[in-house]
Amino acid sequence: MEGHSTYQPRSRAARWLEDRLPIAGLVHSSAIAYPVPRNLNYFWTFGAILVVMLVAQILTGVVMAMHYDPNASNAFLSVEKIMRDVNYGWLLRYMHANGASMFFLAVFIHIFRGMYYGSYKAPREVLWILGVIILLLMMATAFMGYVLPWGQMSFWGATVITNLFSAIPLVGETIVTWLWGGFSVDNSTLNRFFALHYLLPFMIVGVVGLHIWALHHVGQNNPTGVEVKDIRKDTVPFTPYATLKDAFAVTCFMVVFAWFIFYTPNYLGHADNYVEANPLVTPAHIVPEWYFLPFYAILRAIPSKLGGVMALFGAVAILAFLPWLDTSKVRSANYRPLYRQFFWVFVGVCLVLGWLGSKPPEGAYVVIARICTVYYFAHFLIILPLLGFFEKTRPLPPSIADSVLSVARGPAPGNPGLAAPATGARS
Amino acid sequence: MSERITGMSMNAGFAARTVRAAALVMGVGLTLAGLGAGASASEQVQPPREKWSFSGPMGNFDPAQLQRGFKVYREVCSNCHSLSMVAFRNLAEEGGPGFSEAQAKAIAEEYKIKDGPNDQGDMFERPGRLSDYFPSPFLNEQAARAANGGAHPPDMSTLAKARTYERGFPWFVFDIFTQYQEQGPDYIHAVLNGYEDPPEGQKPAQPNLHYNEYFPGHWIAMPKPIQDGQVEYTDGTPTTVEQYSRDVSAFLVWAAEPHLVARKRLGLVVMFFLIVFAGLLYFTKRRVWAAAH
Repeated sequence: MEGHSTYQPRSRAARWLEDRLPIAGLVHSSAIAYPVPRNLNYFWTFGAILVVMLVAQILTGVVMAMHYDPNASNAFLSVEKIMRDVNYGWLLRYMHANGASMFFLAVFIHIFRGMYYGSYKAPREVLWILGVIILLLMMATAFMGYVLPWGQMSFWGATVITNLFSAIPLVGETIVTWLWGGFSVDNSTLNRFFALHYLLPFMIVGVVGLHIWALHHVGQNNPTGVEVKDIRKDTVPFTPYATLKDAFAVTCFMVVFAWFIFYTPNYLGHADNYVEANPLVTPAHIVPEWYFLPFYAILRAIPSKLGGVMALFGAVAILAFLPWLDTSKVRSANYRPLYRQFFWVFVGVCLVLGWLGSKPPEGAYVVIARICTVYYFAHFLIILPLLGFFEKTRPLPPSIADSVLSVARGPAPGNPGLAAPATGARS
Repeated sequence: MSERITGMSMNAGFAARTVRAAALVMGVGLTLAGLGAGASASEQVQPPREKWSFSGPMGNFDPAQLQRGFKVYREVCSNCHSLSMVAFRNLAEEGGPGFSEAQAKAIAEEYKIKDGPNDQGDMFERPGRLSDYFPSPFLNEQAARAANGGAHPPDMSTLAKARTYERGFPWFVFDIFTQYQEQGPDYIHAVLNGYEDPPEGQKPAQPNLHYNEYFPGHWIAMPKPIQDGQVEYTDGTPTTVEQYSRDVSAFLVWAAEPHLVARKRLGLVVMFFLIVFAGLLYFTKRRVWAAAH
């Protein structure tokens, strides 16, 4: 699906460089000539939004690292100095803190889009798994970043999460001591978290490179889930079509981002994190950032510590197996009436889990969290494998171009199955 | 063919009903949970919503109010609470209490700042300068606890952002759109006005605690800090606890977020730019795509 590079160096200098390092040709083939299915909707712009967010996080982060002091006795104060005394430091910090939230918002939409349209199915399994790895790296980066301001929630969040590793049989306690670099969360923990928080984003950049490489090799999925058959009819060149659409979507996303930065910058944070870390005072409720809440609810839903930790990591790891757990031949939920319903129930369950994660683990909350946790795993382990065998899928359009034309003209009356379905409708 | 399709849609319809029923059951469960949660959430009484000059996208500090709030801080709060991240120079900065540089300098000089060591190796005291930070009332946390019956009066530099109360569903969703960010000052204002006699039969877990309607758990270590008429106002503003608490809450918001006004001003420009730019991109995109259909 890689577009043949039609790049012709015009100047002598460009030709000279292209013969030695075909970098201009690479950019041309992947960002200009690259064929994009013409029927992509706005959910396909989140890849571009995520790239912008990653770059924004790295830029604001690198500048803040010049002013931040990763020392337990001064970290909190140095962040306040950024807020008060560094020129536009408040802007940098609010961009970075809210940027993390926006990054996760965008990545969750991106993942749910992939799940709805079956973007993980062959030949996109590796593309999908690379995405799961990016999610894991993002979670690690965000967790360690949240520790750096060294507020109460930073400190106690770090204590709770690192303590999870003590659930590992035999070596758990040793591992926790090794992670901490001591016998409690302290200066050495802060130092290493800062070092890793600076390192991991660049690993994310690397995996994002692989993710995009894999994407450009297999080509994008699209709302019909039907593969591109005729590049001329089914696709448009990336530039100007996708470039402009992405630019518009990114700008709209920036409006939401700016709303949080300028008007409600502390909405997504915790008031307790404006209190300096104090190992002697435990906050009333230790709550992670909102993007970890569904996983936190799963952790606490399991009555055993080791079981909870395994469920927590399992909830992310199970995504990597999605390409093989979903047995349906049809990709897009648009042609899977049952899966579409289950998909929205699953989204609802994730939202409910997120809400439960912010509640104390008591009474009815625990019961609902357990029901939702069971459902979360059942969605992957029972519903998806079975659906492929029992679901009667709707007929697929013969090609992307046909689907676009039928939308433009409206469906032909009395002839719903315009063409024999290529796949699906097993019975 | 059509028979097959009818069968399919019936099948799908049945499944849809099942799924909807399951969703309904879960929804009912959630509602019950919400009702049950009501009881445990009552440990903190919701403070009343106040009107603040600095709320909303056009929010601005009222310099006169910040100056009054500063007076309350200086004459009352500062006896126990530090303000260690605010410098005297901040008092004269734009978007703040609006003191002139000379006024801020004069305020600084009223404070004794410990400095040193000098050439002889001795620590010494000198009058404050603009670059100094507000000195703390106690040498260290232990001294603060010893003087306050075991309680540590928190530093006030970030207090307005460090205090909040739980909004609950669905209010926390609406707060994004209404830009309600003033939970901190609402809470501080409520606590300062919330001292009352404890309800019949209620006793503190330990002596030296005071009943307050809005403090979580109701028993607060800080005694009622301020009385009507305690701080003199020269601009004719009423000298009541209600007014003092309003002014000092506003001052604490500025102390915690000295660039609040600059932030909201810049936000307006950024929003305007982004929305116009998005509009231009949208029409460009439509024009380009029109050729593709």
